[in-house]
Order: sequence, then C-alpha cells, then structure tokens
Amino acid sequence: MLTSILTMSVLAALFGLILGFIAVRYRVKGDPVVDKIDALLPQTQCGQCTYAGCRPYAEAIAKGEADINQCPPGGETTIVALADLLGVDAKPLNPEHGVEADIKTVVVIDEQTCIGCTLCIQACPVDAILGAAKQMHTVITSECTGCDLCIPPCPVECIHIIPVKQDLSSWQWPAPKPPQITDDISAGETA
Amino acid sequence: MSVDKQQLWSFHGGLHLPGHKAMSTQQPIGDVFIPSKLVLPLQQHIGEMSEAIVSAGEHVLKGQLLAKSGGYISVPLHAPTSGTVIEISKQVVPHPSGLSSSCIILKPDGKDQWCELDTHQRYQDMDPSALRNRLRDAGIVGLGGAGFPSFIKLNPGARTAIDELIINAAECEPYITCDDSLMRESAEHIVQGIEIMQHALQAKRCLIGIEDNKPEACSAMQQAVERAGNASIRVVPIPTLYPAGGEKQIIKVLTGKETPSQGLPVDVGIVCHNVATALAINNAINNGLPLISRVITLTGSGVNTPGNHEVLIGTPINEWIEHCGGYHDNVSQLIMGGPMMGFNLGDDHVPVIKTTNCILALTEDEFHRNKQATMPCIRCGACMDVCPAQLLPQQLYWQAFARDFDKIQDYNLFDCIECGCCSYVCPSQIPLVQYYRFAKTEIWAQERDKQHSDKARQRHEFRLQRLEADKKEKAENRRKKLAALNASKGKTENQDGKKAEIEAALARVRQKQSLKQSEPQNTDNLTAEQQSKIDEIDARREQTTDNKGPSN
Repeated sequence: MLTSILTMSVLAALFGLILGFIAVRYRVKGDPVVDKIDALLPQTQCGQCTYAGCRPYAEAIAKGEADINQCPPGGETTIVALADLLGVDAKPLNPEHGVEADIKTVVVIDEQTCIGCTLCIQACPVDAILGAAKQMHTVITSECTGCDLCIPPCPVECIHIIPVKQDLSSWQWPAPKPPQITDDISAGETA
Repeated sequence: MSVDKQQLWSFHGGLHLPGHKAMSTQQPIGDVFIPSKLVLPLQQHIGEMSEAIVSAGEHVLKGQLLAKSGGYISVPLHAPTSGTVIEISKQVVPHPSGLSSSCIILKPDGKDQWCELDTHQRYQDMDPSALRNRLRDAGIVGLGGAGFPSFIKLNPGARTAIDELIINAAECEPYITCDDSLMRESAEHIVQGIEIMQHALQAKRCLIGIEDNKPEACSAMQQAVERAGNASIRVVPIPTLYPAGGEKQIIKVLTGKETPSQGLPVDVGIVCHNVATALAINNAINNGLPLISRVITLTGSGVNTPGNHEVLIGTPINEWIEHCGGYHDNVSQLIMGGPMMGFNLGDDHVPVIKTTNCILALTEDEFHRNKQATMPCIRCGACMDVCPAQLLPQQLYWQAFARDFDKIQDYNLFDCIECGCCSYVCPSQIPLVQYYRFAKTEIWAQERDKQHSDKARQRHEFRLQRLEADKKEKAENRRKKLAALNASKGKTENQDGKKAEIEAALARVRQKQSLKQSEPQNTDNLTAEQQSKIDEIDARREQTTDNKGPSN
C-alpha cells in the first residue's frame, strides 16, 4: 500500500518536473491562433469589422469577443475558412458591417482636382498613396487594397472608386449555369 | 509500308471520334497571301509579354525584329512581311475571354522584302546552348497549341542528355489536318529539324508518333527518315484514339512510362515536341528564318473551300476566310482550335497567332457540341470510364459545383488536360470541362489574392512600425528640446550674473569719471598758496586712487 502510494507520488513529481521544464523550454511565443486567423483575413485593413485592422479583429475573434461574420471584403469565402479553422458553424455575413462586393475595386485620385492636403496619405493603411504637402498625390494601384478609407477625409472629393482592370492573365472562366430542372422532368419524377 | 513494328502501350479511357479530316486534305497546302493589315499581339506564347521595340510610322522589313523577349520565359516577335507600323494599341485578341491586349498593327507595303538574314552555320558545329539562343531569337514556340517557348523545352536541364525525344504528330482532334499535310509535303525538312532537336537535347533516340489514320504522312516520314539514314529516329504509327496527342498520353503509348502527377516529361527522361515545331526549328537554324508564318487548317461545313494554308502570323481571320472562298450561308459557329478543346470566337476580326492550328466554322447540328439544356447528373460514371488522366470527373464536378476548391485539388484537378472526353460522353449534357476551367482559374485567382493580401499585411505592419518609430522619434525630439531649453535657462541665469558684474564695473567707471568731472570750476585766478594746496591735495588723491586701483 505504502509502496504504491510512494511510487505514484514519485512518478507524479517526476512527470510534473518534466512537464514544467518543457513548458518553460519550449514556450510558444505569441498566439498561433491569432496568426492563423490573421492569415485568412483579406488584409484590406478597412475597419468595417469595427476593429482597427485585420490583426486586431483576429485577436478579438481568438478571444471570443468578435464573431466570424464581420468581414465584408472577405465575404463568404473567409467566413467558411474561419469556421473551418475554429471548428464552428459558418453563418451569413452580418449586414451591419456591410455587404460583400461583387467586383474588386481600387481607388484613383483625380490629379487635376487634388490640392495636396496629405489627408488621404495619412488615412491609407498600406501606404499606397504617394505624395507630399501641396504636391499632387497618386495611388499606387498595385498596392491598393480597395478599403476606401481615403475617401472620407478628402476635402475636395477627388478620389474615385474604379473596378480592377482585367487582363489576359487575371481573366477567369465564368461558372457554368447550374442544371435547370424543367417542369416536364420534375413532373416525371413525381409521377 | 515498311514501318517499324514495336511494342505499344495504351492509356486509360479515350474516345473514338468521327474524324472529319478528309475534307481539308484534298488540296496541297495553300500559298501565303498578304492581307491589308497584320495584327500582331505581343502575347502569343506562355510566359511574359514581349516588349515592342518599334514605334508607329516606322518602316520594317520582312523578318525584322518588332518586339524583344520580355523575360526568360518569353520570345521575340518578327515582322511577317515588309510594311509600316501603323500603331501599337489594344486590340481584341484570340482568347476565350474576348479581351483586348497590346498589339503591333502593321500595314504591308506589298513588296514582301526580306531583311538581311543571319548567315547560318551548320548546327553540328554549334554548341547546344548557342543553338537554343538562336531558336529563342527566331521566336519559336511550341506550335501544337500551348505555345511554350521551345528553347526552354530543348534544355535537358540538370540532366546532361535525354533518353528519348518524342515528336508528337498524332494530331488526334477531329477536323485538324495541318500537321498531316505538313508531313506529306515537308517530311525531309521535318526530319532535319528533328536532328537539330536531338543535337540540342543530346537525345539517344527519337520516336515520331503518328496516328494510324494518316497513312500518307506516315509513309512520307518513313521515307524521309530512311533517306536521312539516321537509325536513332523511328516512325511509329499509333492507334487512332482521342486524345492520343496529349503529351502524357503519347508518352504512355510510345514508351509505357507514366509522367508523374503535376510533373514534367523531363522527370522521366523524355522531352516531347510537336512536329510543326520541328519544321520551324529547321527553318530557323538551316535557313535563318524567324517564325513569321505557319500552316493552319481552315475547315468545317461553314466554309466553302476547306483546306490547309500557310498563313502569316497576324492575318485577320475574316480576311483570310474571305480570301479562301468565304463562309457558307448556314455557318453558325466559329472555333479556334479543334471541336473538342478549341474555344468559340465571338469576333472574326481577331488575328491568327503562333499557336493557332485550326479555324473551324461549324454549321448548326454539325459535330457534337453541347446544345441541349443541361440536366442533373445521374451518376452513371461514363465520364470516369473515358478520362485519359484517370481522374474522377464526377467528383471534380461536385466539388467545383459546391465551390470547394480545397477538396477539388485533393482529386487532382490540375492533372486534368481539359480534353473534353467527359463532357462529350455525358448523357446529361453537363459542360464538365467548363466547371474544371472555372475551378482552375478560381484557384489561381485565390492564390493571387493571397499573395496580394500577404503583401498588404506586410505593408500595413511596416506602416504601423513606421508610425510607432515616428512617434518615438518625436517624443525623443521633444525630450531633447526640453532638456536643451532647461539647460539654456540655467545659462541665462549665469549670463545675468555676468551682466551684473559688467554693469557694476561700468557703474564704477562712470562714478570715477563723474568724480573726475566734478572738479571745482572756480579755480581761475588762484593765489600761489591756494594753488600749492590744491596740488598737494590732488597728489594725495592720486596716490590713494593709485593704491586702490590694483585692489579693484
């Protein structure tokens, strides 16, 4: 009796020590779940989810403070991917945060109207606007994420949204139309 | 016919299709004609777009360089005839999207005057790498349809030599006969081109695979090989079965080797080239000619006189068809490529390009194209039986339908060669290949989006870092300034002290001066006694101030 109690205690202490050592030695820095969630988000940094950017939103999801359906730029694809990652049910996009856009857009600055106030440069989350005070500004289109955050601050409304241009390399085959069951066939099936 | 009998293998699935080939092989290859204008897209090959080096208004000669390679996987573009460059602008190009792309528009002057061609040397004396450079400079791409730059495929890479060079002359798609007529008419030059390829690849042997529905081509090639006296080249007739001309399929049939999933033939020691490419290579090396024209089949019941013609690259299709006898009244559909793998052309003003092998004008009800309404899948499995890539087309269809793009890759979507056998046999008329094409481009788009978002994340993080650094720097500057201000305040106090000292000294001097100035004014008319008294006092005062001076 005593021997077995002793053996168990010694074993427990031993394993405890090993586990404790491993916990210290192989400590994981940062939160890997946040990184994984962040990797699935579209990185527009638009703030439509009510958080300051994609990473803060990822942190909020990881903490359980935010729902997975608050990202309009990511849309259904992102929601499904997040649901898959977190093992929860996918749900439709919360319309409070906006609607999923059909086409991708970027912004352009009407360079004739621009007064060079730099307000849009300060608003751009990815430094995709080039310019200096009292100098004309322009958008680096290839870096623009289409977040539209630069539009509200512009005092002269010289920033416009345009759809992303398609070229031969970015062209996609359209999805075929799903099969249509005509009345004849459905009547035949029910008969 | 004395062709080698050798063991052949077979690939999974495949279809026996009605050939419709005889209609375009009745006449010899038609001569080149010069259209009223040539539209030369800068992207006629897989890889990066060529870069135009001519400008509008410039006069160019036939064979002159118009655009240079835009990167490693790219080839230059040459003028198909002499004339004037009208403009470089976006024009509709032959592509399923119907989109526009940059093109050089050339107005021929009708003189068809050659530029000076490179004097050629014997290929046997050329280093394989010099040979490849020569082929790249001649703008040669695979003429079978994909348009991959040939010089890259003639590089054995890490290997020093290739076991087998396979010449794909199967031409398995219905209607198309351009390779057939080329072999009938230019077998000798094709064999010379093959020998050049063998030299570049250091290939031990070469197999020419020809479907057995082309006996004339087969015997012409056989005779040419015998005349060349090259024992390492063999002409092998293979059974007619669509798609025997698929790269992986012809390799399987001729050698029994399986090209690995998502791998390249070079992984199993094989390189595969199209037979028309062999002729273009012969022209480039032995005659110094760049790729400026090719043989194209114009066929189908929708045209009056089907046949094969040598056509200048960039010839607008409508002008060419008009030149060759025009459309039949009941033409309903224009296809670039064959009926199985080609794509519909919405506009017949587009030019023919390096990869165009056939223009097919179909009438209503001609050939089996999905016309009826799509019905639901009945899970019959017919698609699986015919798939030459041994995939599960039905599973791929369900995953594409459900847009599950991760799952669909587990079913090896990217091994699909889009041959169209599954769509052809589907009793429910489901456009299966269209689903796979949709899924493939969607997956590529998602990958591009991922790269874009990764870049956006980096830029955003960098911006946050920069703002943070800016903030720190500002705070640091503020702190420094404050410290400097405090320090200078201390200094002013010191300066005040000094000022006070100076002030005091000045005051003393002024006092002294005022003392000196306060000399009595009534010193005129003094008596000698008074004067001596004054002198005495003055001397004494002088003495005291002199004594005091240094102590001051």
